[in-house]
Amino acid sequence: MSTRLATGGRLLDKGRQVSFTFNGKRMTGCAGDTLASALLANDQVMMGRSFKYHRPRGVVASGAEEPNALVGLGTGARFEPNQRATTTELFEGLSAASQNHWPSLDYDIGAVNQAFARFLPAGFYYKMFMFPRVFWKHVYEPFIRQSAGLGKAPDAETRDADTYEHFHAYTDVLVIGGGIAGLQAALAAGRSGARVLVMEQTPHWGGRAPVDGGEVDGKPAEAFIDAAVAELEAMDNVTLRLRCMGAGVYDHGYVLGYERLSDHAPGADGPRHRLWRVRAGQVITATGAIERPLSFAGNDVPGVMLASALRDYVVNWGVSAGDRTVVVTNNDDAYRTALVLLDAGLNVPLILDARAGGGGALADEARARGIRVETGKGIAKVKGRARVTGVAICAQAGEGAVLEEVPCDAVAMSGGWSPVVHLWSHCGGKLNWDDALAMFRPDAGRAPTGHDGAPFVAACGAANGEFGLNAILKDANTAGQTAARATGHKPGRKGAPKASDAGDEAPLEQVWLMPQGANIKLRMKAWLDYQNDVKVSDVQLAAREGYESVEHTKRYTTLGMATDQGKLSNINGLAVLSNVLGQPIPQAGTTTFRPPYTPISMGAIAGEARGALFQPIRRTTVHDWHEAQNAYMEPVGHWRRPYCFPKAGESHEDAVQREVRATRDSLGLLDASTLGKLIVKGPDAGRFMDMMYTNMMSNLAVGKCRYGLMCSENGFLMDDGVVARLSDDTWLCHTTTGGAERVHAHMEEFLQTEWWDWQIFVANVTEQYAQFGVVGPNSRKVLEKLGGVDLSKEALAFMQWTEGTLAGIESRIFRISFSGELSYEVAVPASMGRAFWNKLLEAGKEFGVTPYGTEALHIMRAEKGFIMIGDETDGTVIPQDLGLNWAISKKKEDYIGKRAQARSYMTNPERWKLVGLETVDGSVLPDGAYAVGEGVNANGQRVVQGRVTSTYHSPTLERGIAMGLVLHGPDRMGEVLDFPRLDGSIVQAKIVDHVWFDKDGEKQNV
Amino acid sequence: MLILHCPYCGVMADETELHGGGEAHLTRHGPGSSDEDFHDYLFAKENPRGVHFERWRHVQGCGKWFHAARDTATLEVFGTYPAQTTEPPKAIRKAITAKRPGWTWRGFSDPAK
Ligand SMILES: [Zn+2]
Repeated sequence: MSTRLATGGRLLDKGRQVSFTFNGKRMTGCAGDTLASALLANDQVMMGRSFKYHRPRGVVASGAEEPNALVGLGTGARFEPNQRATTTELFEGLSAASQNHWPSLDYDIGAVNQAFARFLPAGFYYKMFMFPRVFWKHVYEPFIRQSAGLGKAPDAETRDADTYEHFHAYTDVLVIGGGIAGLQAALAAGRSGARVLVMEQTPHWGGRAPVDGGEVDGKPAEAFIDAAVAELEAMDNVTLRLRCMGAGVYDHGYVLGYERLSDHAPGADGPRHRLWRVRAGQVITATGAIERPLSFAGNDVPGVMLASALRDYVVNWGVSAGDRTVVVTNNDDAYRTALVLLDAGLNVPLILDARAGGGGALADEARARGIRVETGKGIAKVKGRARVTGVAICAQAGEGAVLEEVPCDAVAMSGGWSPVVHLWSHCGGKLNWDDALAMFRPDAGRAPTGHDGAPFVAACGAANGEFGLNAILKDANTAGQTAARATGHKPGRKGAPKASDAGDEAPLEQVWLMPQGANIKLRMKAWLDYQNDVKVSDVQLAAREGYESVEHTKRYTTLGMATDQGKLSNINGLAVLSNVLGQPIPQAGTTTFRPPYTPISMGAIAGEARGALFQPIRRTTVHDWHEAQNAYMEPVGHWRRPYCFPKAGESHEDAVQREVRATRDSLGLLDASTLGKLIVKGPDAGRFMDMMYTNMMSNLAVGKCRYGLMCSENGFLMDDGVVARLSDDTWLCHTTTGGAERVHAHMEEFLQTEWWDWQIFVANVTEQYAQFGVVGPNSRKVLEKLGGVDLSKEALAFMQWTEGTLAGIESRIFRISFSGELSYEVAVPASMGRAFWNKLLEAGKEFGVTPYGTEALHIMRAEKGFIMIGDETDGTVIPQDLGLNWAISKKKEDYIGKRAQARSYMTNPERWKLVGLETVDGSVLPDGAYAVGEGVNANGQRVVQGRVTSTYHSPTLERGIAMGLVLHGPDRMGEVLDFPRLDGSIVQAKIVDHVWFDKDGEKQNV
Repeated sequence: MLILHCPYCGVMADETELHGGGEAHLTRHGPGSSDEDFHDYLFAKENPRGVHFERWRHVQGCGKWFHAARDTATLEVFGTYPAQTTEPPKAIRKAITAKRPGWTWRGFSDPAK
């Protein structure tokens, strides 16, 4: 059984008991435990079931590389799936639930998948679920949904209870990893005065060194670590962060760090996670190495673990995975585990060394201490289902004939070590295959390069393929000094401290399958990727089926595609693949390492950008008044505009109809402040305006207004609005709501990059003015009542503007109309907006003044046949499609979009043109509906000949009216078209002129 | 995430402050131009692996457009310069030659040639 040991546990505070629950069962651990070590202390070796076959799975590793021990952590608003038990610090009241099983961890119905394993081969998604198509809905999809899915999603109705933040940091040297390599590199760089930031993903400094043993400067590694941390803490130029993972390295020295501030103390003050957005001059990856599993049958039975992990659990957390542990290895390092177990008073009945020649000094020591060591042997098969009960041993060189069975309850395996090269590789660092050590290691000659073309990432220590304390410290010292120099500092010549070298080590032997000639039955039980349930036989099958590229094999078998990104499985899988293909490993190549190194929370990515801060809302000066009236608001750009102002008990539809009628009958008010306002000023402003707009603007007289169209260089209509000439060298351009920034940028682009010799300034003054539409037959009366400006027909004609003091407030009054009514737009300084609005409401009382929203605005403009950007246009429509040729100058040599509008596609008479549409039965056409024609097109789809662009119920005409783009539309007046509804029924509509209301403009001409 | 030097306000600007504007040194073709010239102006853009000239706007900073000469494969930046020019300055072209001898891009190359 797995249990807490009487001695050991350097990270524990054994005096502090911590209680927690696992699948509802109460358990106790110690302060300093991880969830994994606490579960082991409670004899809970099995921690979940596998994704595809629902096989019982136990913890296999002790850190971030763990593929099996994933749990759902917390409840309610703090529930989170797929948390690794090995990196979850235990806290009082922690509640965890295992995943991928139903109805319980011990008894799982999904495990029958295993019985069907031969029906679920590599690429089974592609093979099994292709045909027949009808099976998808009722057979395949329910099956996949029920048995697949890693963990369960949080309840959609809960909201994350925690807060998150982003943190921007700049540093000369960023050291990722706080083991002895990282600490030594930080010392070397820090002593030069360079700004240094050190990130360590675990809650402890020192990495593996305290577990693996050895001496530095004649003292235990732990003493060196304490001294190094103390020296770094004393440096003002050094920042140290624990529980902070280097998540990804990006272009030009940009690095994301992921700090877990309160995962170990939920509900603590402050943010839970912090995303560090670092710009570093130099990045040192001191990320260590990860041990590889060996591929033998039953290597996934709970109790089979990495040799280093077993060692970690004993030394760091004082827990044993079992009483009798068989060690199986292809290298010397695993002997350390055997010795540690022996020191802890545990039984090691057997060490299986796959190498015919066996190990070096450590092996001699193991033998001397009475451990049976068998060389050239391996595991044929692990006995047991939910727990290891023994191993069957065989010759490594054979096919798996069982020589002997040895009872045990744990297996420690070691297939060698892989440097953690992820961060080195994220931004293009290249790797070399080291055949002696059987690993990919960074090629310093092909490092990631920055904006200046110089390398900006260096790996050191085990992450660089250096093993042994002396080599690691030396490598790290050099890396730190080099990084300091590269950022303009003088690192000095201080060497690395001297460490005790381990005795002679025998070389590792590559073992990619155990035994070497394992038959298919064994290979089907030899797991490569625990999390995605990929076996040796799957990769071999993929290769035989022609998946020769490692990237294709990965996708076909899903090897390495789980949340652990194949930290344990990639090299083993690659080796199996290259063996089948008969080519060396480096030729097969690796898959791409992608950030983040381990999954980071969505909350950390969002940071503060949620709720009201996700996208700040722009408010007009009378926004509060609208809200106080219970206006129904709609987003328009970043603004919120009233859609309508419903009275108590009134529907939105009724409110809109009332607002239109009240405006047409007497007086309506519109908050038009959101319209963009751009000032174009300078000696060359006139010629510039002529380039920006399709019509002539340079000849607009001071005091007058003109409606203008603006196109892109592609010829498409992008914005429209009324332009007023304010003075000899000044034009004021109104843009659509939300269009101001885009149009401003469009102007600046041409001004700066095409006509930079023209003398013009453009200023966006949208927020400097509040602007109100005063609309309806009584609009002049109400403004005259406010007093101060002569607004008679003679003094201010249609399409003119004037300035003056209205009701004591400085105003600019435009006599323009978007409704067909007598109408004014009054602009006042933003600071006076609310005051002027109040005066309008007060003075308008006697006329039954009615504020109206965007929908009434839309209906009135449609009744008058005015187009709306975004309704009649969609980025593929040119002004000529909309019958706006009158607003396109024929005299001008050039304007933006003119050349494009002469292209054959733009002049094609088959382009759909704007018309009005009236339903035969008076109903409202569905928005976006298509008019169908006869027959089908080349894709077998019904031929279409037009579409609805705007559609409303008109209270003025008391019927549905619409605008649409129709093939040869203007030539087909009176023709009736068929518009299918979504339910398949047809609405018929007649093609008519699109100006319904006051075609001759008599209403506004008063 | 790129970092580019804004030649106007002088800051090393993060890519989040910048807005990419595609290929630099385009010649605008307006009315009277041939269909082919106009088509190429709008649509036929360079997409090299290696030396490239691009337009960027310091949109969250000083608002100015500038040009950047960089390597699209390694992301090395050879230099940035104001957009108010029809060709890359000699100093920029020399800087590119120092790193990528024999480079050419559209009609531009080493100033010594
Ligand atoms: Zn700038």
